[in-house]
Amino acid sequence: MAATVETVDQVRALADDKYKYGFVTDIEADTAPKGLDESTVRFISAKKEEPEWLLEWRLKAYRQWLTMPEPEWAKVDFPPIDYQDAYYFSAPKTTEAPKSLDEVDPELLRTYEKLGIPLREQEMLAGVAVDAVFDSVSVATTFRHKLAEKGVIFCSISEAIKDYPDLVKKYLGSVVPYGDNKHACLNSAVFTDGSFVYIPKGVRCPMELSTYFRINAANTGQFERTLIIADEGSYVSYLEGCTAPMRDENQLHAAVVELIVLDDAEIKYSTVQNWYPGDENGVGGIYNFVTKRGACRGKNSKISWTQVETGSAVTWKYPSCILQGDNSVGEFYSIAITNNMQQADTGTKMIHLGKNTTSRIIAKGISAGKSQSTYRGLVRMGAKAKGARNYTQCDSLLIGDKCGAHTVPYIESRNSSAQIEHEATTSKISEDQLFYCRQRGIGEEDAVALVVNGFCREVLQQLPMEFAVEAQKLVGISLEGSVG
Amino acid sequence: MLEIKNLHADVEGKAILRGIDLTIQPGEVHAIMGPNGSGKSTLAHVISGRDGYDVTEGEVLYRGKNILDMDPEERAGEGVFLAFQYPVEIPGVTNTTFMKEALNSVRKYRGEDELDAMQFMKVIREKTKQLGISNDMLKRAVNVGFSGGEKKRNDILQMAILEPSLAILDETDSGLDIDALKTVADGVNLLRSPENATLVITHYQRLLDYIVPDFVHVLAKGKIVKSGDKSLAQELEKKGYAEFTDQAA
Repeated sequence: MAATVETVDQVRALADDKYKYGFVTDIEADTAPKGLDESTVRFISAKKEEPEWLLEWRLKAYRQWLTMPEPEWAKVDFPPIDYQDAYYFSAPKTTEAPKSLDEVDPELLRTYEKLGIPLREQEMLAGVAVDAVFDSVSVATTFRHKLAEKGVIFCSISEAIKDYPDLVKKYLGSVVPYGDNKHACLNSAVFTDGSFVYIPKGVRCPMELSTYFRINAANTGQFERTLIIADEGSYVSYLEGCTAPMRDENQLHAAVVELIVLDDAEIKYSTVQNWYPGDENGVGGIYNFVTKRGACRGKNSKISWTQVETGSAVTWKYPSCILQGDNSVGEFYSIAITNNMQQADTGTKMIHLGKNTTSRIIAKGISAGKSQSTYRGLVRMGAKAKGARNYTQCDSLLIGDKCGAHTVPYIESRNSSAQIEHEATTSKISEDQLFYCRQRGIGEEDAVALVVNGFCREVLQQLPMEFAVEAQKLVGISLEGSVG
Repeated sequence: MLEIKNLHADVEGKAILRGIDLTIQPGEVHAIMGPNGSGKSTLAHVISGRDGYDVTEGEVLYRGKNILDMDPEERAGEGVFLAFQYPVEIPGVTNTTFMKEALNSVRKYRGEDELDAMQFMKVIREKTKQLGISNDMLKRAVNVGFSGGEKKRNDILQMAILEPSLAILDETDSGLDIDALKTVADGVNLLRSPENATLVITHYQRLLDYIVPDFVHVLAKGKIVKSGDKSLAQELEKKGYAEFTDQAA
């Protein structure tokens, strides 16, 4: 038996080595060896020609990461992650990119078709090696020109570190400290890419900013770092993700997003997450461990998170708001759909510190198959948050009888003038509803999609128009095969 | 148009329908009356294809096709419509969205082009006008917060839009006051034509004053025990169902 294991290991080692010898040296030069230690962190920082302070920051994060336990309080279950069995910088592709759409998984193409994605974009999403990318370069260029006129900065975080070091140094890690949690800590040590946005005083960003238009986002990477600053009186709407399932070979995704909003400013942040959820047995899906937090630092500032989470095998994600400024507003609108063996533990934290701060939480969880979906949320009213108010509504919808929905609200109030409301419902998609739709001619899967879209309506309405239409279709597609 | 032959159906192993024979021709209105528990609603559900019923014997031919093997949505596509005793609420889905999805699904089944939003709005405006239904009902979520009368009228509107050839009204009069009853009956009468048939299922004779049937059948303990013309309904109103329940037992 030992011999068999040894053989398997040898074969695996050979397979792993394939790129070392099979490719020419320039690839090797851009690749950090497998595994994670201090030299990996130094390698990444050096490759990116970062300033000394950032390297130090990364190293502090790395050292703290070593000492931190895995967060185990979430209602998700997966085998321990082998951090040494991963690449942290330019992981070499173990499979070759498909040369045309003919080589792409037909199931994936069918989904693209249903979502109505143009052919050129399909090629990009499926990772087909074509020059479609050049199209988006020109789009991005026009885009940037228009933004520059208004003084808006929208670039990769790597560029920002070089070009706007003062802004980055001031705000990076100011909302999510490097030691916040194990996953955020890892991200701080090894992040390789992400977005940076700065909206100057009094500017209303002339368009919705989407990672899709940022050329580097074609390969978003596992450890994405996003930093958005809305200066006094400014406004920006930021879209992240894509409704189409993206090809990605990295299993672990640990992103960090930090938002900073000053007086009278607002950030609207919308996400559609559809990473590969694994097969029916949950094999091969992405682990999505995200730390997203925004600070409403100024008076009358506002942050609105909207998320549609349909992908990933395991989702661990709590976009939060720290309401420091008086009269500041935090919102969280969420749809989490789980099917087959997917697990999602998601929710928000609303930390009320300033006077008359208000927050609103609308969370819709849909579970099908054998999946488990948990809403976990914290509402904390600080001692000085006089007159603060929160309204929370959590609705869960179950499809079938093998899935689970859980609601875990934490409420802490330290002052008597605060008002907190919490409503929660759990329902099953009813036989009556399905039969009613079907008797009117609507097929079973379309009927499920219709009922679920109705259930999610309040949240879908929060999405920018173009995203909302795609998200609606996605809701239906995510639940295919969940009935009958 | 509809031919039911020796239909037997069970619910959880219990025989509810025990040999129904019924033939309906285009243009006819048939009423099925009977006491509670006689199998009236079961008959409506078996014809429209609801889950949970085992057909143990017999067949249901609709325009010559046996529809028992079809899914409910296919039967709807074939032109079978069921007005519900309790129309179902679908929160968050507007009536317009629901009816557009339904009409386009049925059109697709029939090999017709789907209607775009503009074309659909034209159809729906025409029908609401014809039936005297207010347009603001369209923007509300399907049956959510509707009064009993509004729900039934909404079902009739759906019927008008889908233009079925066989409409089954399952105790559509239950819980309606006399004014709502009249509105619903007016709608049904408006949609009657020589090509379409209607099957009215009811406990009370009252509805049949407004939707006048060509034939009346008495259902008791899963069988049709007596058939006649509309005078049979009046007779039942006077005498009640006692004689039939005894007879069948």
